[in-house]
Amino acid sequence: MSELTDLYQEVILDHHRHPRNFKALPDADRQALGHNPLCGDQLIVFVKLAGDVIVDVAFQGQGCAISRASASMMTAAVKGLPRAQADALFEKFHQLVTGQKELGHPEIELGKLAAFGGVCEFPVRVKCASLPWHTLRAALESTAKPISTE
Amino acid sequence: MDRTPASGLLPKPPAEVAFSAARVRADFPILGTTERGKPLVYLDNAATTQKPTAVLDAMRGYFEEYCANIHRGAYAMSAKATDAYEGVREKVRRLINARRTDEIVYVRGTTEAINLVSHSWGLKYLKPGDEILITEMEHHSNIVPWQIAAQRTGATLRWVGLRDDGTLELEAFDRLLTPRTKLVAVTQCSNVLGTINPIVEIVQRARRVGALVLVDAAQSVPNMPVDVQLLGCDFLAFSGHKMCGPTGVGILYARRELLDAMDPWLGGGDMIREVRMEGSTWNELPWKFEAGTPAIAEVIGLGAAIDYLAGIGIARIRNHEQGLAAYALERLRGLGPDVRIFGPRLACHRGGVVAFTVGDVHPHDLATIVDQDGVCVRAGHHCAQPIMRRFGVAATARASFYFYNTEEEVDVLIDSLRRAREFFQGGAR
Repeated sequence: MSELTDLYQEVILDHHRHPRNFKALPDADRQALGHNPLCGDQLIVFVKLAGDVIVDVAFQGQGCAISRASASMMTAAVKGLPRAQADALFEKFHQLVTGQKELGHPEIELGKLAAFGGVCEFPVRVKCASLPWHTLRAALESTAKPISTE
Repeated sequence: MDRTPASGLLPKPPAEVAFSAARVRADFPILGTTERGKPLVYLDNAATTQKPTAVLDAMRGYFEEYCANIHRGAYAMSAKATDAYEGVREKVRRLINARRTDEIVYVRGTTEAINLVSHSWGLKYLKPGDEILITEMEHHSNIVPWQIAAQRTGATLRWVGLRDDGTLELEAFDRLLTPRTKLVAVTQCSNVLGTINPIVEIVQRARRVGALVLVDAAQSVPNMPVDVQLLGCDFLAFSGHKMCGPTGVGILYARRELLDAMDPWLGGGDMIREVRMEGSTWNELPWKFEAGTPAIAEVIGLGAAIDYLAGIGIARIRNHEQGLAAYALERLRGLGPDVRIFGPRLACHRGGVVAFTVGDVHPHDLATIVDQDGVCVRAGHHCAQPIMRRFGVAATARASFYFYNTEEEVDVLIDSLRRAREFFQGGAR
């Protein structure tokens, strides 16, 4: 079960069971719908901006443990960040979960998000982890179309 | 052999050769392998089945000994390839008891077979105001072609709903079948719910209004005796790879009169009689519908698969799978009240397919965890999103059996599911 505990680290299970910012944001000024047609997962990401800064962010929807925890931890990570920094964080996160590049010290560059380092051992789960981020990016760009991982 | 078949029943397999899943497993090289260090437990047979050595050898034999194109060469090796390729048509005819071999069209798979009908028959004959009747338990491949055909012709799609136990609302047929109904397209066995539908009864009702019936047999031909004359259907479609054959080959059965009246779908080599600059004429059946160099090796592989299945006996395969489904249902129910099983309660009303959820553990997570124990199950919507919506879930897990699966493998699945639940719910309590 060691690879499993790599994938489902305690912090991920915690965010899956008790997702943060798991609500609609009535005063959001951006939102987007994300969809993974492979497993039927859907989520909506809500964003409130002040200038270029994400002052509030939340999500709703249904998904597996990985996608829900990823959404939850993403909202915690990007709240208060300027858009450019959130984008940069997504780039690093994406590198982490796809195993594209050895991040020297993921826990320094990504903080708690480094817990998703086990995902790259499970290629079919990469989409689960990245769907919330794709959806956040779509919300920030206010893409009208639903985001799909396909 | 002394055969005294009762009406509608198939002759019983001879009792002296008892079926043994353990013995047939030796015919499948992959079933002796390990996955993540654990013996492979392959329970995704509704998606595709494993291939026995006999099928691999037949395909290899073609490639190594008589690889040539068919219907062309004036040399012996091409004639041998042609004979092998054409000879499979008779095996398929016998398997589904079609009247003639020219009613058997080779296609890429079930999806292509249905698309062939929706194009060659649907686009030609459907008119505005006509209706196509399908059901909420269809695979996307028996939905989308009809949506496209309806869109192009002005015909309307009507849907037969499902009861809570995953069976069709048969009374809805009486309400929805009208003289406007031109085609009923229905699966014989659901790839999610496992439900076996009463095709004979559906055909009888469709006949009263003059509608044709297409049967999606992707999940039935591999697993149970299917007789197109007994069913009385007009079209029947299935895939080779779900019955121990290779991918890339499937069968469309259609009544000869219909195939005669339909226009070709794909144009090209082999499907013509004569090509002139001012126009062309079509080849005879079934070649009118087989344009281009076909999947020769795959057809030959399918022939070997049919021989292999016949050697076991399709009725025995059905018996074994029904037993496994019954055992899996019992064990899943025993796992706890948080296990939700979709489809008919009794194994005799279903094929070897069991879709389920465990508590609030997402099916995708379940599949990842049981994969660690070497168990392959499907998680998702199974290309049947209307079913997911009907039962209010985004996804389910699904175990699907074939004749080489054993009760011990069901036990491995159940133990693994129990661990998965503990893994996700343990810390929360």
